[in-house]
Amino acid sequence: MKRFTCDELVELITAYLDDALDRPEREGFEAHAASCADCGRQLDQFRETIRALGQFPPERKLSDGTRDRLMSAFRARRHRG
Amino acid sequence: MPGGRPGVDDARPDVMMSPTLDREETIVGPFAGGGLPPDDVVVAALRAGDESMFAALLDTWSRGMLRAARSYVSTDDSAEEVVQDTWLAVIGAIDGFEGRSSVKTWVYRILVNTAKKRGLRESRTLPWSAFEPPAGPAQKEHGPTPEGAVLASEARGLIGEALAGLPPRQRVVITLRDLEGCTSEEVCEILEISAANQRVLLHRARATVRDRLEGYYQSVKRSE
Repeated sequence: MKRFTCDELVELITAYLDDALDRPEREGFEAHAASCADCGRQLDQFRETIRALGQFPPERKLSDGTRDRLMSAFRARRHRG
Repeated sequence: MPGGRPGVDDARPDVMMSPTLDREETIVGPFAGGGLPPDDVVVAALRAGDESMFAALLDTWSRGMLRAARSYVSTDDSAEEVVQDTWLAVIGAIDGFEGRSSVKTWVYRILVNTAKKRGLRESRTLPWSAFEPPAGPAQKEHGPTPEGAVLASEARGLIGEALAGLPPRQRVVITLRDLEGCTSEEVCEILEISAANQRVLLHRARATVRDRLEGYYQSVKRSE
């Protein structure tokens, strides 16, 4: 099992969540996060943040004018074709 | 794209130790598909001039494309022009599409290159306040969230500000990964960056958003 300092651990959170750590790293990560309240909290906050980002709605859609122009361009391609 | 994809296999061990990308933990829906038929069906329909298929692609992907384009350009109008130019390029190039990547990855690659070029011509001098959270019934237009919960408007505003303040490379990575639900491999392919580089950019971006939300979460806790 690999040992990490708190600073090292926080830098590895995204790699851990992507399952991109090798086994000794992952085991070391999990052991540290389970026993260190501060790092455990940081990991939770990252998960919370990712969940919140996944709920962030798109602000806008394509305007009707642009959509109409694009549909016309697509039709014109066929007629040219 | 099997074999020879630049940037994915050459993860630099000095930056991050393991380039393996086995499993994804995504909360948002998958990037690929989106209720559309398989790629070969889509491509054949587009080549045959099937308008309903083109309309389906436009309506399914354009919102996400606007959001990704906004990583590089400074106004919503600019992003709309980038998306328009991207679709025009797609219309012109669909006959030559070789299927070495998914259609969506291909479209996004055109989008990113178009947005980058345009972004270079612009100066990113707009203040963060240029970001305005959506107001009114427009918020209801997106479907139910995976958790069945609606993100509190305050948190939404904070996330929007945090995203708007990110450097373009970080912003586009977090947008594609965490907002659009791309896998890391898809992001590497779209942006033509290494897995290690992708992860560093994503981590920095998430850390910035996390910092911005930390105060919010604490204030929610205090008021409970």
